[in-house]
Amino acid sequence: MATQPSLGAEAPISHTVSREDYEYVWPLPPRRRPPLKDYSAESLREYLATAPLDEVDIADPMYWETDTHWTFFKRLRDEAPVHFTGVNANRHRGYWSVTRWADIMAVDTNHQIFSSDAHLGGITLFDMDQDFIMPMFIAMDQPKHDVQRKAVNPIVSGSNLQAFEALIRSRTQEVLDGLPRGEEFDWVDRVSIELTSRMLATLFDFPQEHRRKLTWWSDIATADPEVPGNLQKEERQAALLGMLQEFMGLWNDRVNDPEPKGDLISMLAHNPATRNMPPMEFMGNLVLLIVGGNDTTRNSITGGLKFLNDNPAEYAKLRANHGLIEPMVSEIIRYQTPLAHMRRTALEDTILGGQHIAKGDKVVMWYASGNRDERAIENPDAFIIDRPRARQHMSFGFGIHRCVGNRLAELQLKILWEEILARFDNIEVVSEPERVPSAFVKGYKSLMVRIPA
Amino acid sequence: MARITYVEFNGTAHSVEVANGVSLMEGAISNGVPGIDGDCGGNAACATCHVYVDGAWTGKTGTPNEMEDAMLDLADGKRDNSRLACQILASDDLDGLVIEMPETQH
Ligand code: FES
Repeated sequence: MATQPSLGAEAPISHTVSREDYEYVWPLPPRRRPPLKDYSAESLREYLATAPLDEVDIADPMYWETDTHWTFFKRLRDEAPVHFTGVNANRHRGYWSVTRWADIMAVDTNHQIFSSDAHLGGITLFDMDQDFIMPMFIAMDQPKHDVQRKAVNPIVSGSNLQAFEALIRSRTQEVLDGLPRGEEFDWVDRVSIELTSRMLATLFDFPQEHRRKLTWWSDIATADPEVPGNLQKEERQAALLGMLQEFMGLWNDRVNDPEPKGDLISMLAHNPATRNMPPMEFMGNLVLLIVGGNDTTRNSITGGLKFLNDNPAEYAKLRANHGLIEPMVSEIIRYQTPLAHMRRTALEDTILGGQHIAKGDKVVMWYASGNRDERAIENPDAFIIDRPRARQHMSFGFGIHRCVGNRLAELQLKILWEEILARFDNIEVVSEPERVPSAFVKGYKSLMVRIPA
Repeated sequence: MARITYVEFNGTAHSVEVANGVSLMEGAISNGVPGIDGDCGGNAACATCHVYVDGAWTGKTGTPNEMEDAMLDLADGKRDNSRLACQILASDDLDGLVIEMPETQH
């Protein structure tokens, strides 16, 4: 074991390394991992059950790809609900993990102290590339955030969604009717991605035949350039600039219309608050809307099917009573928590959960943990489709950055399940899903299923 | 104790008793009044308990603080008399209050 990396070697720190003191190099220094015989789910689970809390860097994608992070978060909630991670600080500068519901709520609603600003690093655990800052309204503070958000708010307002309902339903029907019977296929590709990309193309009024580009941009925007197979950093930036260019074309077509049409690009192009956005800001907001409308719903569509298969009694309850679709949709979104965290930067010294947070510290709200906090939710590890007050989950976040598309997401999922139940008595998951290696997007790469013939 | 009348957007009225100190959001949810969701559990952090309060009552219901205002700003159909029901607590003073609901919560 002497040749294994020792986790005790790094000088311990107790606050985020300031951006001035942080020596940024690319590629990042190699990730330090615990010296285990292998990194299988089984070994990782065993390790996390007893590892010293300070040794674990839960941002490591391997814990997410193997779905093993749960044990660690439960330990943090019980033993160290506001906890600093210094391991691998040469990669992420060090961060606080906030894991209890009440503490997450306190951070999410305190916009004066906890900033989302892209220029401080933004809203994910890993800072935005400093040479490629994409301002977007989710990564802005007040007052600019409010003005930009309001420019897109109307498209996902309750009354506007009613207009979308028939369209979403007919598309869902079409996609479901095209599924094979008696043969294995990938639910992620055939259903989750298909439906979300069609919806997104509609929202942007983007050519439907090119809708998979939206999926691709969404994936690369959040993909870790270090994970083998993903685009390198420069390739990723080039791809996003390509996206910007395509959307500039749509913008230019629409900016001179006498009246804005109902799509998001027209709305941004015509709203005085957003019509003069610099290109990088336009790109940032595109990334936000694409990722926001794509990854999250996609992974809830996949997760829901998986959870029902894992819990046959719940699936039976649903078959017997379609009236449970609505609470089930909220329960799926809680149970999946498609975005595992959001991050803030402290603007001043403060106390949180008894810990001293210093100005400049990174504070990570682990929604995936808050949604399983037994202090706020009864029996939180169980998937219960008729849970009382199912809407009380934190997957959409709270405060001024709360998900703007939440009602649309719920509508898409509701229609999907109505149409599934109208057609298929059962959809069987035939193997374990392949998961996304990311501590941010909590999702699935594939899920093989079969609809009995 | 206050008798509160919640009027849905379609005009349906629900009159229920809410104990002193309990928020009007809780009062709606625990009595099964539709149209108020209360997703954040009463922290002025979701705006899914958006309601309209008759102007004559503002002396008794108070006015929104900064956080409530910011959240209301993101709601659909905000009006001058918009409030978050979770930020109004029932008291004897509010007996007879009528509140209306927006078309949808967002
Ligand atoms: S319940 Fe969330 S704002 Fe009132």
